[in-house]
Amino acid sequence: MKPRHKKLAIIASGVTALGVASILVLNAFQSNLVFFFSPSQVAAKEAPIGKSFRIGGLVEEGSVRRQSDGVTVNFVVTDTAKVIPVVYTGILPDLFKEGKGVVAQGKLANDGVFRADEVLAKHDENYMPPEAASALEQADKARKTVLMQ
Amino acid sequence: MAINWFKYSSPASFYFLAGKMIPLFSIAATVLFGVGLYIGFFVAPSDFQQGEAYRIIFIHVPAAWMSMFLYVVMAAWAGIGLAFNTRLSSMIATAIAPTGAMFTFLALWTGALWGKPMWGAWWVWDARLTSELILLFLYIGFMSLQAAIDDPRRADKAGAMIALVGVVNIPIIYFSVKWWNTLHQGASVSLTQSPKMATTMLTGMLIMSLACWMYAIAVVLIRTRTIILERERHTVWVGELQGATR
Repeated sequence: MKPRHKKLAIIASGVTALGVASILVLNAFQSNLVFFFSPSQVAAKEAPIGKSFRIGGLVEEGSVRRQSDGVTVNFVVTDTAKVIPVVYTGILPDLFKEGKGVVAQGKLANDGVFRADEVLAKHDENYMPPEAASALEQADKARKTVLMQ
Repeated sequence: MAINWFKYSSPASFYFLAGKMIPLFSIAATVLFGVGLYIGFFVAPSDFQQGEAYRIIFIHVPAAWMSMFLYVVMAAWAGIGLAFNTRLSSMIATAIAPTGAMFTFLALWTGALWGKPMWGAWWVWDARLTSELILLFLYIGFMSLQAAIDDPRRADKAGAMIALVGVVNIPIIYFSVKWWNTLHQGASVSLTQSPKMATTMLTGMLIMSLACWMYAIAVVLIRTRTIILERERHTVWVGELQGATR
């Protein structure tokens, strides 16, 4: 082995060892690196109790209700398996919509209602013109009616 | 016909080769930026949920891609320089760092400007944003470490170590949106799936990325030439060069 090949081998094995080490570390951290918990995880008691944490999911269709004071909003976060009712007082982001993604930070009260002090919108990775979006929606509706018949 | 590649691994011949290539890449960058920005602002349609605000994607995504890609290229050159003791490779690595850091900063900055109106927050500590911030620190660490060591060959070696160790962060950034729950959305464009965006939007984004490539190559070549002159200032050929310009 020439010295420079030996050097290359040492560097390569060093990088590999480091890579393996970091994969192991990341695996160990897996559960701690989550930015939010899904309603199913909360139902399975994986979320911290009595501490502030974030929940994420979709805003359930037809669940958004604004209270008479005009700034307090009730809605339900769902991951299509479990649901969590949320109450929030404050300004909602523009992209907050029924059926769209949301991440809320706050505490789970004893009555099972999540009291949020921050609500963020989580949008998906699809980008298309509005015409294409409505065409897709129409096609989806048509398919559903065909399926129901 | 065999090309003698080793000829260009000598700083002196690379200096003149780079000098010829810089105008080509600069022109390509200017044209592509023009076309890309035109498509981004005037041709691409508005988005169904984000309206016009999504147009920052034409800067944000190319910058983020470049930040990761340039780091890998930088680490590769630094590694080659460390393994084979080739001076020019280490010089190229040193020349890449500021451009990489600039693109990382741009990705973070445009991301913040985009996050506030869309998500409702300038910054969140999710895995994607945090790992990209670490990338910025790695670039800054590489540059400061090299700047702190007076002997350029020792600076190259120390820098190469930090560059190679930092490579583990690149897959973490890329896959963070897959591995963990993040506020940042998943990848719209990937090698394994068909792109999740309208064709004109994608075209604009890819042209902008190509423009960033050309820009990065041009700037890195310019910077490499400066570093060559600085480090080879005591050699005969640089002396002759000075005599010629005088």
